[in-house]
Amino acid sequence: MTTKENNSNPPTVKEIPAIWLPGAGCTGCSVSVLNAVSPKIKNLLLDEIVPGTKVSLLFHATIMAGQGEMVIEVLKDTQKRKKGKYLLIVEGSIPTAEKGKYGTLGNLKGKHETILGSLKELGSNALAVIALGACSSYGGIPAAHPNPTGCKGVKEVFKENSIETPVINVPGCPPHPDWLLGTISSLLLGRMPELDDVGRPKLFYGTLIHENCPRRADFDKGKFAKYPGDEGCLYQVGCKGHYTYADCALRQWNNGVNWCIKAGSPCLGCVEPEFPDLTSPFYEKITTEDIKSCITTNTQSTR
Amino acid sequence: MHHYKYTIDPITRIEGHLGIEVTVDKNVIKEAKSSGTLFRGFELILKKRDPRDANRLSQRVCGVCPAVHAKASALCLDDAFGLSGKITQNAKIIRNLILGSNFLQSHILHFYHLAALDYVDAKKAVGDIAPFTPRYEGDYRLDNKINQQATAHYMQALDIRRKSHEMLAIFGGKMPHNVGIIPGGVTEKPTEDKITNFLWRLNEIREFIDNCYIPDVIAVAKTYGDYLKIGKGCGNLLDYGGFEINANTFFKPGVVSAGLELSELNAEKITEDVKYSWFSDQTTGLHPSRSETVPQTEKKDAYSFIKSPRYDGKVVETGPLARMVIGYLQDKPQIKNQIDSLLSELDIAAQDLFSVMGRHAARAIEAKLVADTMAEWIVKLNPDEKVFSGYQLPETAQGTGLTAAPRGSLGHWISIKDSKIERYQIISPTSWNASPKDDKGNPGPIEQALIGTEIRDKENPFEVVRIIRTFDPCLACSMQLITPKGKKIGEFEVV
Repeated sequence: MTTKENNSNPPTVKEIPAIWLPGAGCTGCSVSVLNAVSPKIKNLLLDEIVPGTKVSLLFHATIMAGQGEMVIEVLKDTQKRKKGKYLLIVEGSIPTAEKGKYGTLGNLKGKHETILGSLKELGSNALAVIALGACSSYGGIPAAHPNPTGCKGVKEVFKENSIETPVINVPGCPPHPDWLLGTISSLLLGRMPELDDVGRPKLFYGTLIHENCPRRADFDKGKFAKYPGDEGCLYQVGCKGHYTYADCALRQWNNGVNWCIKAGSPCLGCVEPEFPDLTSPFYEKITTEDIKSCITTNTQSTR
Repeated sequence: MHHYKYTIDPITRIEGHLGIEVTVDKNVIKEAKSSGTLFRGFELILKKRDPRDANRLSQRVCGVCPAVHAKASALCLDDAFGLSGKITQNAKIIRNLILGSNFLQSHILHFYHLAALDYVDAKKAVGDIAPFTPRYEGDYRLDNKINQQATAHYMQALDIRRKSHEMLAIFGGKMPHNVGIIPGGVTEKPTEDKITNFLWRLNEIREFIDNCYIPDVIAVAKTYGDYLKIGKGCGNLLDYGGFEINANTFFKPGVVSAGLELSELNAEKITEDVKYSWFSDQTTGLHPSRSETVPQTEKKDAYSFIKSPRYDGKVVETGPLARMVIGYLQDKPQIKNQIDSLLSELDIAAQDLFSVMGRHAARAIEAKLVADTMAEWIVKLNPDEKVFSGYQLPETAQGTGLTAAPRGSLGHWISIKDSKIERYQIISPTSWNASPKDDKGNPGPIEQALIGTEIRDKENPFEVVRIIRTFDPCLACSMQLITPKGKKIGEFEVV
């Protein structure tokens, strides 16, 4: 337990303020980050994540002590007093239908703060934005057909409102905790991660699942599973590993205990902009060509 | 100012988006309005999809307890696919272990990381740093030693809840949003190495529950004895039962009326009212298998995106308290022993369980019961037995999946037409507990628990947030300010 005395930072420690904005989501990204191992969530909250620099998490609705107006004031205060200096992490999609009425974040002086309005204000004034998870990166689950609440990803909302703050997409449903903490570390070290054509750090999303899949030999031999859970390549039962770029196969999940394909489940393609509509039915074979031809005909695609 | 209204928005340290507005007269809450402020439209999104995808997508309703949506949806699809009775004992146990792991992570997370900061003075222990400040100030009563210990356990509990997820992932593949539970069974086979890895993580978690979680809850309950008297609620309880084993369930379904009378559950008596919800009135009062979700944001008197589920027309509470009281009245020995020893330790009567602290204690005891029973289940796994039963996708079918969830009773209902989802309805535990008024004007369980409560410090209304959080709601909340005459200052304004 860090005590009050030894926690007081020497003046050389640089603090990067961070705001974690909850959109239309399920809190699963937050819970995934709670599963981080090295560093642990405790380190993210209290310690220097890279020597000499620590994150100061000023707002996170699921863990912060305060509530009500006092925490909405934290948001207002940060965007004013720390303009251009804070990191904005967005979890969840942005409901834009009916001017954002389907999702509010809080209330200040009798006025509802919509998620959409808060993102525009906080996003314009941030140093950089990490769009955490499938929903904030590309719209994700709430934006799935028929998208009843007009949900969009952060980058799309920024584009429509001419907001030029850099956005790093860290997709996944949920994302692996290392993907977020690694991205934060890059930024704390003063480096902008190299991104792919859909805005993801290449470090984590650089290789196809299929290339590193432990069932690749089965695919090559033509040994295919008939049901999820069977031995063999899961392609015929809907695996989207041939389309999906992420390092799950090497990194594995939950402290390296397991991951989807190892557990006998087809990859759902949850890190791709086409998740979930074009990577489903999840348990039916869909070829890369099928998905790509759907993207070309779908003008709504965010790719 | 004797008469005023509060709106707290957001109520943090819960999952999701919820709003509470309370009207206070002479320091006592006279009226309370609970309002869900986020609508995503899952039931609309699920329409026309492959029924099997509901099993993956419905988990995304909630990232804190996705495993139970996977379970409810698998039961619902098992039913629709004609698989009920064909699920192997191995598959039942593995599903139980996945669900049980999530119960443990959810209950531990709730007490330490969501609720405890209302009682434990973290600022005293770690300093004046975000996100532990700003906060309500004043009523932190734990003595120094217990306060320090509880803060240390807050940190330890972060590791323990993480290990609950690691344990879950052994059979679930990954967490949040497991892939292991599927209609027909599960995907992971119970090999000896997995059984051992699971068991030893479970042992560590059981030690934490016995030596930290339960003693901490008791210490907080003793210090905040007045919270054994407030937040009573509606008094009616319901649970669907859960954790299938052989032909039974570990928790048995039941309904309890305010006079502590136990009766059998009849799921046909569930209906959903929408008079005070932002949904079309044409859909009110229907059983979930016939219900539709038609949003309507401009609607007089409506104040929530949550519908009002009712049982036999009555307001009912669901959750660990309901399960413990139902189990007690069913004479279930493990539950009886635990509850009796709790009552004598705290020197309280059974009625006092209907309170803020009673709910925390019931949740802790439930965590122990589930964890201890998981240790019995895991050794019953048979590495040679099947974990999956095959099926054909039906063209037309109906299905129901009812299960105990960490926060209460969860139900999924499906209709399949042309082998696609025609209709999918979900009633989550928080829909019951955080529901707005029903068509008859009766307030929901959280609203009733708030009404009549005295607020001692107007600037720091601890009572309100402690009552709300003891229900472990799965939403994020809001509380608006209104003038003394009750005139609303806080109209909806789009920023």
